[in-house]
Amino acid sequence: MPLDLLLEAVIFGVLLGCFYAAVSMGLSVSFGLLDVPHVAHPAIMVFGAYCTFLLTRYGLDPIVTGVLLMPPFFLLGMAVYRFYYEAFEKRGGKEAGVRGIAFFFGLALVIEVGLILGFGVDQRMVEAAYIGNSLSIGDMRIPLRFLVAFGVALVLMSALMLYLSKTFTGRAIKAVAQDEPALRLMGANPVRIKQWAFGIATAVAALSGALLIIIGPVEPGLDRVYIGRTFSVVVLAGLGSMTGTLAAGLILGISESIVLMQFGASWAPAVSFGLLLIVLGFRPQGLFGR
Amino acid sequence: MRFWIAAGFALALAAAATVMLKNEYYFFAGYTVLMFVVLATAWNILGGYAGYVNFGTPAFFGLGAYSAAVLFKATAAPLALQLLLAATMSGLLGFAAGMLTLRLRGIFFAIATIALTVIMETLFINWRYAGGATGLQLLRPPPTVPFESYIKMLFVLMALLAVAAVAIARYIERSWIGRGLRAIRDSEEAAECSGVPTLRLKLFACTVSGALMGAAGATMPMYLSFIEPASTFNLNYAIGALASPMIGGTASYLGPVIGAILLSTIQQVVTVTISGEMNVMIVGVMLVVFVVAAPEGILGLFRKFVSSRKP
Amino acid sequence: MNPFLEIKQVSKSFGGFTALDSVSIAIASGERFGLIGPNGSGKTTLINCVSGSLRNDSGSIVFDGEDVSRLPAYQRTRRGIARSFQIPRPFASMSVLENLMVPLEYVAHRGLVVTKRTEAGAEEEAMQILRDIGLADKAATPSNRLSQVELRKLELARALAARPRLLISDEAMAGLSSNEISEVLEILFKLSATGITIVMIEHIMQAVMKFSQRVVCLDAGKIICEGAPDVIVANPDVQRAYLGA
Repeated sequence: MPLDLLLEAVIFGVLLGCFYAAVSMGLSVSFGLLDVPHVAHPAIMVFGAYCTFLLTRYGLDPIVTGVLLMPPFFLLGMAVYRFYYEAFEKRGGKEAGVRGIAFFFGLALVIEVGLILGFGVDQRMVEAAYIGNSLSIGDMRIPLRFLVAFGVALVLMSALMLYLSKTFTGRAIKAVAQDEPALRLMGANPVRIKQWAFGIATAVAALSGALLIIIGPVEPGLDRVYIGRTFSVVVLAGLGSMTGTLAAGLILGISESIVLMQFGASWAPAVSFGLLLIVLGFRPQGLFGR
Repeated sequence: MRFWIAAGFALALAAAATVMLKNEYYFFAGYTVLMFVVLATAWNILGGYAGYVNFGTPAFFGLGAYSAAVLFKATAAPLALQLLLAATMSGLLGFAAGMLTLRLRGIFFAIATIALTVIMETLFINWRYAGGATGLQLLRPPPTVPFESYIKMLFVLMALLAVAAVAIARYIERSWIGRGLRAIRDSEEAAECSGVPTLRLKLFACTVSGALMGAAGATMPMYLSFIEPASTFNLNYAIGALASPMIGGTASYLGPVIGAILLSTIQQVVTVTISGEMNVMIVGVMLVVFVVAAPEGILGLFRKFVSSRKP
Repeated sequence: MNPFLEIKQVSKSFGGFTALDSVSIAIASGERFGLIGPNGSGKTTLINCVSGSLRNDSGSIVFDGEDVSRLPAYQRTRRGIARSFQIPRPFASMSVLENLMVPLEYVAHRGLVVTKRTEAGAEEEAMQILRDIGLADKAATPSNRLSQVELRKLELARALAARPRLLISDEAMAGLSSNEISEVLEILFKLSATGITIVMIEHIMQAVMKFSQRVVCLDAGKIICEGAPDVIVANPDVQRAYLGA
């Protein structure tokens, strides 16, 4: 591949990869830190994208919409975790584990079909000043929406990482992932902390959904390809590592971009899943695993 | 013993139907229902007995279908050979997937099975000989004597396969293998310390499950006279294979059968009268409701009902 | 005298945390051996390395002359190492009797073709174990309906069903009343009399002192004292480890 094309692929990969990392951070918290088998996370994100679509029809900017959606999604996340906890995690054992996984599968299904029934299978998109225009750098034309998504993704990730390392609740969340009994001994209630964390993860999904529909049109089945992307990022990162998520997102973004350019779109979906299988097979603890 | 009598009776019924019923629709529907019985039963061997959830039924089903199709295209081999190759290929896939991921926790296996489906689909989209994205047309040979129509022959073949699958599941369930799998499901660490070779048993279950799913897919190319990736690796197979046992009951070989028949019937009715999407919605809601409120499925509810009636 | 179980300079770390630091212990055949130490000292980690639930990072585990360090847990069980779990892990979907059938079928009565006769033989052996341990009347009870002490007994019974030559009992008496502790102790004494080597991990000092011929005390992954029970109890390092400085 000629060098300038490779460079273009890498730049796109970085922009996209940052977006993938932001999208996966919610899963990094819910699955990586809290051990919830949340296969419905991408579906909730797509739901967020559709909510953004609805609200932008009233003239709001998509990113503003995404931020406005965060509080209600936060509450939704808390409710979902509470339900999951009462119905499955409390009971414990593999039986509950199987049912927990099946529950989230069913949930993802219901969300996806709900979206089809509500919006139809056609693609939906939003409009904004930065969608449709491109920035020219030398010979390259970078669509503005990628840059915007990249920027928001960076801010979102930094905010989340700061929250987890600097605030009391944030550190409690990391603590509950590592040593729940110790946390209990310190007087904190692990269930409420996990609930809060799941809420945050879902709020992140809301903003990610807004970014998703900014980057490109969405359709209800989009959650499936994002299951591959988010889980491969989270696993490659190493469960629970936020910095790892950023690195893994970039690796995925760049790999996908290069494969896309070299082999075409028919091979691109396999990249994330192939990466996932390789990591699971050879280094399941990921890059920065605990 | 009662099982074999019932199975023999069912097969006799199937054979009789081919002679007595004229409307071919019954056989198309019956073929589909029986296929889901096989898929659900196969799924349950790993999912219900051992506790490892497989989201990737389409990968095994599709690999079986394509193996049969490619073999037929290359050598015009008879159905029996196609079935054998399909089961073998998907069994190997099950073994390989297991080797790669069954050492890890259940959720990683589940995600890996989604990966398998996408990778399989991508492979076959890009394989020109197998038809690529547009698909492969296949010319059916005439049905073997004594069958007068091809679909009736496929129906009986699928009935045989369903009986075989249920018999295999029943054997595993009632044997020491089944007990070992249940021990793994209940507490894998304690099972390992009790002398159970957990990885080997899991690999066994995964291989058998995969092989049966491949066998279920083997006759699809001949059924449709056509094969193409999107419909072959369709999510509906994943949903049907998973939801049927979870709704019917995972503890016994009867659960997947009940669930498959129920869901297939719902599918036939709803898809025709309302829409395909509404069918998936109903299945999804039923799955969530059962998983939360009736974890032992329809069989479990039935058992509770029977024992509450006792004096 | 060749040691029956030899733990040679075993180390194990989790990320940055060192759970075991070059631990060496030699246990003789038929010995009654006690392992004590405060919470978090590495006792269960050590047991996990011996039984095979965990792989030690360095060092070796030699059982009856054979290096078993690289063997998966189920093969160590088949060679005669059995353990009970600190927090009982019954096979919750099975009855008490069935719980014992698992190790019986996978260790003692192993064979590809299981006939009605071999199954009956295994069941009889299971019932005998249950009688010895005092759970015979609960044979058909689902294991998720047992009381705490019954669960502890089931843990021991299940370990016994693997026909062990070395039995590791991991805090089998925690939270039991003194009557119940005596019950479990009696069972362990009976087992020792049949020649089984027993390693007891316990916090309950009277039990350890009464039972053990030799005791080792672990603290923060290292052995701080080894010897006869009365020597251990008097040792200032041991007292400091348990009570703080």
